Amino acid sequence: MNLKELSHTEERLVEGHRLCAGCAEPIIARQVLMGTSKPVVVANATGCFEVSTSNYPFTSWNVPWIHTAFENAPATISGVEAAYNSLKRQNKISEEVKFVVFGGDGATYDIGFQSLSGAIERGHDFLYVCFNNEAYMNTGIQRSGATPKGASTTTCPSGTCTPGKKEFPKDLTRIIIAHDLPYAAQASPHNWKDLIEKSRKGIDTPGPAFINVISPCPRGWRHDGSQTIALSKLAVETCVWPLYEYENGEWRVTGESLRIAEGKKEKRPVMDWLNSQGRFKQLTKSKFSPVADEIQQNVDKKWESLLKLCHM
Amino acid sequence: MANEGSSSLPAGGMIIEAGSSKKYKTGEWRAQRPEVDKAKCTDCLTCWIYCPDNSVMVKDEKMVGFKYSHCKGCGICANQCPVKAITMKEEGVE
Amino acid sequence: MSEPMAINGDMAIAMAWKQIDPDVVAAYPITPQTIIVEAFSDFVANGEVNTEYVCAESEHSALTICVGASAAGARVATATASAGLAFMWEMLYVTASMRMPIIMAVANRTLSGPINIHCDHSDAMGGRDSGWLQLFGENVQEAYDNTIMAFRIAEDMRVRLPIMTCLDGFIITHALERLEMLDDKTVKDFVGPFRPVRPLLDVKQPTTYGPLAMPDYYYELKYQVQASMDAALDVAKKTMDDFAKVSGRKYHLAEGYRTEDADYVMVAMGSTAGTMRYVVDQLRAQGKKVGAVKVRLFRPFPAADVAKLLEGKKAVAVMDRAMSPGTGSPLYMDVLQSISRMKDPPRVSNYVYGLGGRDLIPGQLTEVFQEIMANKGDRINFMGVRK
Ligand SMILES: Cc1ncc(C[n+]2csc(CCOP(=O)(O)OP(=O)(O)O)c2C)c(N)n1
Ligand code: SF4
Ligand code: SF4
Ligand code: SF4
Ligand SMILES: [Mg+2]
Repeated sequence: MNLKELSHTEERLVEGHRLCAGCAEPIIARQVLMGTSKPVVVANATGCFEVSTSNYPFTSWNVPWIHTAFENAPATISGVEAAYNSLKRQNKISEEVKFVVFGGDGATYDIGFQSLSGAIERGHDFLYVCFNNEAYMNTGIQRSGATPKGASTTTCPSGTCTPGKKEFPKDLTRIIIAHDLPYAAQASPHNWKDLIEKSRKGIDTPGPAFINVISPCPRGWRHDGSQTIALSKLAVETCVWPLYEYENGEWRVTGESLRIAEGKKEKRPVMDWLNSQGRFKQLTKSKFSPVADEIQQNVDKKWESLLKLCHM
Repeated sequence: MANEGSSSLPAGGMIIEAGSSKKYKTGEWRAQRPEVDKAKCTDCLTCWIYCPDNSVMVKDEKMVGFKYSHCKGCGICANQCPVKAITMKEEGVE
Repeated sequence: MSEPMAINGDMAIAMAWKQIDPDVVAAYPITPQTIIVEAFSDFVANGEVNTEYVCAESEHSALTICVGASAAGARVATATASAGLAFMWEMLYVTASMRMPIIMAVANRTLSGPINIHCDHSDAMGGRDSGWLQLFGENVQEAYDNTIMAFRIAEDMRVRLPIMTCLDGFIITHALERLEMLDDKTVKDFVGPFRPVRPLLDVKQPTTYGPLAMPDYYYELKYQVQASMDAALDVAKKTMDDFAKVSGRKYHLAEGYRTEDADYVMVAMGSTAGTMRYVVDQLRAQGKKVGAVKVRLFRPFPAADVAKLLEGKKAVAVMDRAMSPGTGSPLYMDVLQSISRMKDPPRVSNYVYGLGGRDLIPGQLTEVFQEIMANKGDRINFMGVRK
């Protein structure tokens, strides 16, 4: 797979959407949809991506697309897929169709978690992609279950007493893997090859698949829009966001994470990550420097445990 | 302001013209404009895969410029171009 | 027509669904609806239907799955009650606004708290402004007949709205009654094949479903639901006429009983209608000029039909199996709006009854008639409550 070949694929998400300049969400969505040449139906949870790509009477979608609410995109696609199975069995349709869901971290980690868990347990055939920008961005940067410790949001602001969010985020990818589904992964848009390949696997694998993608948000993370891809790479290089996949019960680190695991690439300090975004700027104050240390320790701990799972 | 009546709109809010947002020109949002120096450009298409707004134009596997009607001027392309062939210029300044 | 059988209301609905054979059913169990989905699961397990049956992990997801399936191009049915319907509330509006002709059986049960599994109409009333049509059945036969008519009304191109087929929890859902089923072919022909509109699965014509609409379009899109509701009154009437031709059972949006020369009329919905007619007969035997109106279609409210039945009456008692703390109950409010342009409108009183499954005995309805005949009673009365 190379970019020249990919440049011939039809654009399934077109321009004219109203996401902020430099938003990672459309970059991710384009790459995910390059993961298959088969027809797809897309379901979307409420959030930045949904409102910005479907501002009536305009749509940025060149493929069938449906949004019904915030907390239920997995159920929405379950219904579409159930109809597909039924109509196919009755010979009312013949074409092969694939199903992809996009949801933010709020939709995925928090309010729609039950819907996702239920749809995975039922075994519907779909790929769920989480745009993890680590907060509720559409409603103005509120804390979510994915917001990292030490990040300032509008509902866990940094103040004189608190450094921002007090808790570590939940490890949703591992929680999803605990469903023992056929395929799950973490990815980043800077490594397009890795993300497209994971999307291809997720779409082609029969049954449910899940990919959690780090999604820099210039507005919420307070960084320049031009840095979006550079930051998604930094998240991987610091092991804040390792690239890995879980396939048929096997764990595997991929991309830069594999090279770091093999000692072929430097594991950068978390401080580089914290210094790159306005949401962490309070952590540079000496008062909150223990928090930065705790974050580094947590990243190290999670990284070591991931390597164990990968038998490395 | 819209002027279509309720009965003339497709039922239930569905949008039947796929990809119609192309008509909404987000290029007006732009403060900075990317410009490419084709002499430096290697047509690697890195800028194309990272553009959030499908605004890097590619023809026959070659980078042929920007879709200024929609480019929001985020600067990702310039930041990611491996050979620094793209520069961001203040919009309105020649 | 097959031999009459003894069957409960939930089973009657499951049997109607089986004859219609929807493409997708998604549901979540809740008393007193559960018999429907259990019975239907058996049909699926034994290959008696083509339906893809999805056991949702909640009612919110159940209705969402129905919406996804309906948008995809499938004929869809579901069932719920009480807390389940309340949990669906957000999606009720979405379903109607997206114009999905989904049929949902509602085994009317009260809402918590306190938690209680018995009948009243509070659950359905929570959805009355959502854009769903609401049909109320009086007995097992009507639960079955309403279900069959509902598919045709909902799927009519002038309507394309979801319908709740309501039946009183336990009183109808669990009571064994006589049912005359239509034969399968009659039902299939009556309902006709499902006609999808721009289905999602038509990948050659990509359609965007459920976009964001700002103030410049939201109102116009919402008004479509109103326009469809207006059309639904005629479509429902016509469907009931056609149903009479195949079944011999003639229904109306609102049905008068001995109202022609009556001065005093009682209005109710659901299983209470039978009790009401019994009391009317008793009082008629005593020479009292009383009558009854059963409202079958609550949404859209057949205001003109109701007004016609109440024109020239002296007093009306509206029996509500639900309450709206702080104001009049839903059926009462709708009866009031129906008569609001009358020159000499009747005196209308509201009687709240039967909440949380509280028994209704005929003597209580006799007392209500006596009260309105004596020009007594408050505007809003809470029948039988220990204050
Ligand atoms: C039931 C419900 N609760 C709350 C909201 C308000 N709401 C809309 S989008 C959103 C946050 C979305 O966050 P996320 O899923 O992370 O997506 P993002 O916008 O960050 O991409 C919230 C809270 C809603 N639409 N529905
Ligand atoms: S707020 Fe963040 S996630 Fe939302 S559109 Fe802007 S950059 Fe993207
Ligand atoms: S990234 Fe730079 S070198 Fe590559 S195609 Fe774009 S402008 Fe040319
Ligand atoms: S500046 Fe941003 S929007 Fe414009 S072409 Fe470059 S990457 Fe695309
Ligand atoms: Mg988010």
